[in-house]
Amino acid sequence: MSTQLRGSILPKWFAAALAMLSIGAALLIENTTNVSGIGGTTALAVVLYLVLQTAWSFTVEGRRHAVDRLFATLIYSSFVAAALPLATLIWQVVHKGIAQFNANFLSHSMRSVSPSKPGGGIYHALLGTLEQVGIATLIAVPIGILTAIYLVEYSRGGRLGKWISFFVDVMTGVPSIVAGLFIYTAFILTFGMERSGFAASLSLTILMMPVIVRATEEMLKIVPADLREASLALGIPQWKTILRIVLPTAIGGIITGVMLSVARVAGETAPLLLTTFLSQSINSNPFAGPQAAIPTFIWDQISSATPASLDRAWAGALTLILLIMIFYGTAKLIARYYAPKA
Amino acid sequence: MAKRIDVNNLNAYYGTFRAVADVSLTIEPRSVTAFIGPSGCGKSTVLRSLNRMHEVIPGARIEGSVALDGEDIYGDGVDPVNVRRTIGMVFQRPNPFPTMSIQENVLAGIKLDSGRKSKDELSEIVERSLRGANLWNEVKDRLDRPGAGLSGGQQQRLCIARAIAVQPDVLLMDEPCSALDPISTIAIEDLIHELKNEYTIVIVTHNMQQAARVSSSTAFFNLAATGEPGRLVEINPTDQVFSAPREKATEDYISGRFG
Repeated sequence: MSTQLRGSILPKWFAAALAMLSIGAALLIENTTNVSGIGGTTALAVVLYLVLQTAWSFTVEGRRHAVDRLFATLIYSSFVAAALPLATLIWQVVHKGIAQFNANFLSHSMRSVSPSKPGGGIYHALLGTLEQVGIATLIAVPIGILTAIYLVEYSRGGRLGKWISFFVDVMTGVPSIVAGLFIYTAFILTFGMERSGFAASLSLTILMMPVIVRATEEMLKIVPADLREASLALGIPQWKTILRIVLPTAIGGIITGVMLSVARVAGETAPLLLTTFLSQSINSNPFAGPQAAIPTFIWDQISSATPASLDRAWAGALTLILLIMIFYGTAKLIARYYAPKA
Repeated sequence: MAKRIDVNNLNAYYGTFRAVADVSLTIEPRSVTAFIGPSGCGKSTVLRSLNRMHEVIPGARIEGSVALDGEDIYGDGVDPVNVRRTIGMVFQRPNPFPTMSIQENVLAGIKLDSGRKSKDELSEIVERSLRGANLWNEVKDRLDRPGAGLSGGQQQRLCIARAIAVQPDVLLMDEPCSALDPISTIAIEDLIHELKNEYTIVIVTHNMQQAARVSSSTAFFNLAATGEPGRLVEINPTDQVFSAPREKATEDYISGRFG
């Protein structure tokens, strides 16, 4: 045999066997020493697995395979480490929230419900969140998308565009309570505007806009220049090229970006406390008087800290997550409908 | 239909870099003119200057004049949108609009233009343009399928159909076959032969056999060195350029003794 195509390869069951071995060894070490708790044992098992696998693979299979296995393992464990908190969070919220989550909870407000007594519901807060986030979306989406269109299609690296980009970056980093504080001082203190759902919408708008601008900008940038040129070369004016060719091509990503911004602001608490505060009753008018919202509802129920109110807080958290999932699912369906077909 | 183009002292810039220097040439109506030359010699830039597509690139501008039947397309008050409706363009890579069906692609230039047309008129335009691009028989049963689902050669013919649907006077083609296989290339060349009866055609190509096959005049562009602007070396009847070129540089290039 002149060339060697077959090298020595560890058997397929090697990884599984080694994993069992590492876990066993970690448990053993835990019993004999002071390392304790599930976190410590897991970390120990992972380190043992990495060291043993690399050493074993290096001696049997050679350096290239050992490095390959090492990085494959690191990547898989990073994925698990990233997904684990999410899975735990969802499990916790569903587990604890399901007790109170029912039709009665969704259709009643907290008016004349004592914090320590069970009953009451989230209807007033659900209504408030839908109105506040809805108004914020109506204001932020056109401004955000038009700004992104200006940056990508018109400014093309001009000075004004660079300044706008800079301020959008700054706005992305504005803490949400500062956005609330701004609306509170600028509108409520200075102009004597009433605390209202609309004031809350304005503060949420500030938080949504930069996210929408960034997302839309990135999506517009990846629309091939070929398509714009093809359209312009047909004698189609630039504004129609943008409206009929560029935006439809990028619409899927833009909708996803808008949804991310909606998801971000739907869970905001701090700016709402400054701009619309709390309410236990139904107020369907966003322009007058305090309005409840799901995040402030959760905050309020946790503050009461009675078993009944904690149940309501968890059910509120479950409602919020479900609401965002419904938004997201709907947006994905719309995006799929408009997406380029091949 | 079919107009004459006079280019006078054209200089094209990308920012401060002069890509094309002092090009003057005349393109006759109802003829096919081929632009040949090495990469970077400015032939595509000259082509794009002919329908004001050069200025679409940020920082790009031109000096000199380009006249369509005597009217300067860079004159005051000339709307580039109208210029591009009169002088259509087909690009190197097929670029059908991905969100549109075959039919919508053909009608893109007409629908996105203001004029309202009846359904019958529109379907007539679709059929005429697709027949004109030799694509009708292949796609007539699936006009509402996405344009991006066609093969590369079909996509390019779809782009030609889209360009001729708005009935331009001139058709510019920027290496229309360089991304296509030989069979599709022949289909496009046959099409060019038919189209020249109605349109003035300018085609940029790297394929000298193609230039010899399809064109009646050939313009050879060259550049002295990298970083130098490209210049027009000669423009003459294609037979003459390929059999007895006036310039030594042309002969070197077409006989492969270039560089």
